[in-house]
Amino acid sequence: MTCTVNGVPRTADDVWEGESLLYVLRERLGLPGSKNACEQGECGSCTVYLDGTAVCSCLVAAGQAVGREVVTVEGLSGGPDAEPGPVQRAFLAAGAVQCGFCTPGLIVAVDDLLSRNPHPTDPQIREALAGNLCRCTGYEKIMEAVRLAAGGQA
Amino acid sequence: MERGEKGTTQNMRSISYSRVADVATAIATVTADPDAAYLAGGTTKVDMLRIYAEPSQRLVDINDLPINHIELQPDGAVRLGALARMNDVAMSPIVAQRYPLLAEALVLGASAQLRNMASMGGNMLQRTRCSYFRDHEAACNKRVPGSGCSALTGVNRGHAVLGTSEHCIAAHPSDAAVALSALDAVIHVQNRDGHHAYAIDDFFLAPEDTPEREHPLQHGDLITAIEIPPLPMARDSLYLKVRDRESYEFALVSVALALRVEGGAVAEVRMALGGVATKPWRARRAEHALLGRPATHEHFLHAAREETADAVPRSMNGFKIELARRTMVRALETVTARGGTP
Repeated sequence: MTCTVNGVPRTADDVWEGESLLYVLRERLGLPGSKNACEQGECGSCTVYLDGTAVCSCLVAAGQAVGREVVTVEGLSGGPDAEPGPVQRAFLAAGAVQCGFCTPGLIVAVDDLLSRNPHPTDPQIREALAGNLCRCTGYEKIMEAVRLAAGGQA
Repeated sequence: MERGEKGTTQNMRSISYSRVADVATAIATVTADPDAAYLAGGTTKVDMLRIYAEPSQRLVDINDLPINHIELQPDGAVRLGALARMNDVAMSPIVAQRYPLLAEALVLGASAQLRNMASMGGNMLQRTRCSYFRDHEAACNKRVPGSGCSALTGVNRGHAVLGTSEHCIAAHPSDAAVALSALDAVIHVQNRDGHHAYAIDDFFLAPEDTPEREHPLQHGDLITAIEIPPLPMARDSLYLKVRDRESYEFALVSVALALRVEGGAVAEVRMALGGVATKPWRARRAEHALLGRPATHEHFLHAAREETADAVPRSMNGFKIELARRTMVRALETVTARGGTP
């Protein structure tokens, strides 16, 4: 299958029909940033942009992504050796990372929120991130990180 | 059917995938193969396949079909293409201005990621969240007809109290369908023989003794659109959803309501309930009790009692009956207090 991932046309071989986009990203294209947790669309750990829209990549059949544009958490910084992006910096600064498993999905979800609503209220942040579960329950620090990113202070 | 090892991608190898570009080809492809199924947003379908609640299938991806538009019709009706995404419909000014109860129901459903993917047609076909339906070691007449219903004596706090039978008490999960029920929406379906239109109340089936039948669709039938007739009074309407947490949770009780009060009396009313019934529940008894009566707490409570008079509580969900009454009254009082069409 061929699709654009983080701005680069990529081809994955031996993709079987019905495989998820998440599996293709992690296991075939070497992009393990998107996490595989619930596999039911409930936890948001696998959140990526598909044609500019934030979705759970575990619920996207690989075929559905053919010819489309995917941006993963890796695509939100300038590259593996580049500086982290603003949302990533805010999470670091606020200490909003505990075990870290939910973090990549949250980074994409927050990036999506701030692109549509640069100055969200707390209730708006909570609603926008309702589909991203943190099993460490570190939500207060995550809220702080979003406020920090929105304020451009990170 | 054996319990699948949840989460292993190996389990999905018996699935095949193809993409189609027009409605006729989609219908022909699925109709020709008993194992084929349409794939729209995938938010339910991919999940169900992964947990083996549905048999392996040949997925026919219909996301390229040109049935995703939200259109105002010349007669004032609004036509939602079956592939319009929940979020697109919720954010559409055409919908938000005319049918706030539907926009609110959509925004209060699922999470942002799911609303971005899930289609309106798929929303109508989503399966119940009854945990026994998704557990292959439990009896479930919906999954395996005749196997029994584990929910009757099991953990049934979230289950239905209206429209139930001794074969199934699973609550219908959709919020949007509740709002659409209040709006008398019409489900447009195409198959190889032509076009059919179902009134939404005829589209959703109560379980009775065939809980595996949730709608009248035959294999190969494709939902192409949902049409909402014009309803001027719906410009002042609301969707009130009561649940265990503030977001990303199914309803314990929800009320979709459009109400017009004139001279202190109910001149027009549409009401439907979610979370408490086996199908999106049009509250016709309450509507009947309200029409022409004073818009007062006493009459609202009377109507709410009428609606729940035949409710059947199980061991853990009796609270839903009182909660439904209170939620109906609160919805009626809220819209009345707003004082009519803004």
